[in-house]
Amino acid sequence: MNIFQPIGRAFLRFLQAVGQLALFAVVSVSHCVRPPIYPRLIGRQMIEIGYYSLPVVGLTTLFSGMVLALQSYTGFARFSAESAVPNVVVLSITRELGPVLAGLMVAGRIGAAMAAEIGTMRVTEQIDALTTLSTNPHKYLVAPRLIAGLTMLPLLVLVGDIIGVFGGYLISVYKLGFNPAIYIKNTWQYLEYLDVVSGLVKAAVFGFIVALMGCYNGYYSRGGAQGVGAATTNAVVSASILILISNYLITEMFFAR
Amino acid sequence: MNAENNSTPKIRAANLHKRFGRKVVLDGLDLDVGVGESVVVIGGSGTGKSVLLKCILGLLEPEDGDVEIDGQPVIGLSTAEREKVNRKFGMLFQGGALFDSLKVWENVAFGLIQGGHAAREEARDIAYSKLTDVGLAAEVGELWPAELSGGMQKRVGLARAIATTPEIIFFDEPTTGLDPIMADVINDLIVKCTRDLGATALSITHDLASARKIADRIAMLYKGKIIWQGPTSEIDSSGNEFVDQFIHGRAEGPIRMEVRAP
Repeated sequence: MNIFQPIGRAFLRFLQAVGQLALFAVVSVSHCVRPPIYPRLIGRQMIEIGYYSLPVVGLTTLFSGMVLALQSYTGFARFSAESAVPNVVVLSITRELGPVLAGLMVAGRIGAAMAAEIGTMRVTEQIDALTTLSTNPHKYLVAPRLIAGLTMLPLLVLVGDIIGVFGGYLISVYKLGFNPAIYIKNTWQYLEYLDVVSGLVKAAVFGFIVALMGCYNGYYSRGGAQGVGAATTNAVVSASILILISNYLITEMFFAR
Repeated sequence: MNAENNSTPKIRAANLHKRFGRKVVLDGLDLDVGVGESVVVIGGSGTGKSVLLKCILGLLEPEDGDVEIDGQPVIGLSTAEREKVNRKFGMLFQGGALFDSLKVWENVAFGLIQGGHAAREEARDIAYSKLTDVGLAAEVGELWPAELSGGMQKRVGLARAIATTPEIIFFDEPTTGLDPIMADVINDLIVKCTRDLGATALSITHDLASARKIADRIAMLYKGKIIWQGPTSEIDSSGNEFVDQFIHGRAEGPIRMEVRAP
């Protein structure tokens, strides 16, 4: 057998999957902006993604901010630059850690849940039932999740940013002996509008990616419980990888000189 | 259920071809269903009965051939046009396919609210009336699908299928997985509901007792083609060795079971 055959087959399968995903995304996005819109479903997804993910994102960013303050303090102490701790904490949290950690946590929590729910609907013929009831599955199932992902993750990240910076403040003031007023002043002084905005743009993109990969993998799941399990795993892994890739691209877009 | 004389069939499948990889499932299938007629397609597991139904419903696209509803070709229609055609349909799925995130009454009212754009309160009243039609108590409407037995789920599925007063109702293995008494109850409900609505019915099953009860005409599917069709009363004297083997459930005969599903 030609050794290039399996490589070619895998490459073609990859291209097919990329094309299918692109088509799925285009069709789904087109349903986000065309009536009818389902406000009740969008609201339910917003609560699911935004409200119920808040504890997970809050805890993650809180402890990340705390660790960041400790690490940067011990690192900067080597060349007497401890005063830079507030700047490092706020820039790291708003630009990178807030959106990336929130994106990854939501991918694990929400992306997996979306893939499992839609996948189960696929294998139990509920998606076929939607079609026979003259309801487009893209509009009913996918569009509300995409809208909710796109809008709620920036809000989550905004709250996560505040909690993360607060975590850094707690450690710096109560453990490392920083003056509270000076810490807050330094935090504000070096924080720029673009730092927060870039983080929120990242969050919106990550929210879209998480919802898209969750819905896509669930929608095309096959073969019963095993297929739904595989769809769930694929949703989390693919969303995580895409989050990290797009994080680099967006960072390049905002901050490359 | 008596078939009306009408030159244009309500459903026409002509020369349908569908394959999955190398496996040919439908191989030039032809089937007409007249207005108000109840046709049951019988055949062994894996012979393509569900694929036929999905091709007619627009859930699968055949490689070749035509499907017509009321004389209108429906393959290749835009999404909006297809949704308009689908408003003529009601469908009872084999496993019920109830939406487990919605209460029972919301399941029944789904087609009215989403497809028919009825007000929620009005749809709720209709849903409760349909639940009564299929012999379920009003309290069932407030339950979740997971709280129902298999027979109750089938009844709710039937209530959902008839809620929009469809012109055509499809039944996918309506009695599979039910005990003989519940199966007979479902058969009676199918006959009653389709007669009350004056609907055309196309069912697929391998349950002969069910087929004899709900069909005006039975068609047998084998190797992707309809190999015999005729009035229900003639199935015992079809003179077709494939049909004879199937209705008597004999392992020996011209039908050889496929090892792999399509």
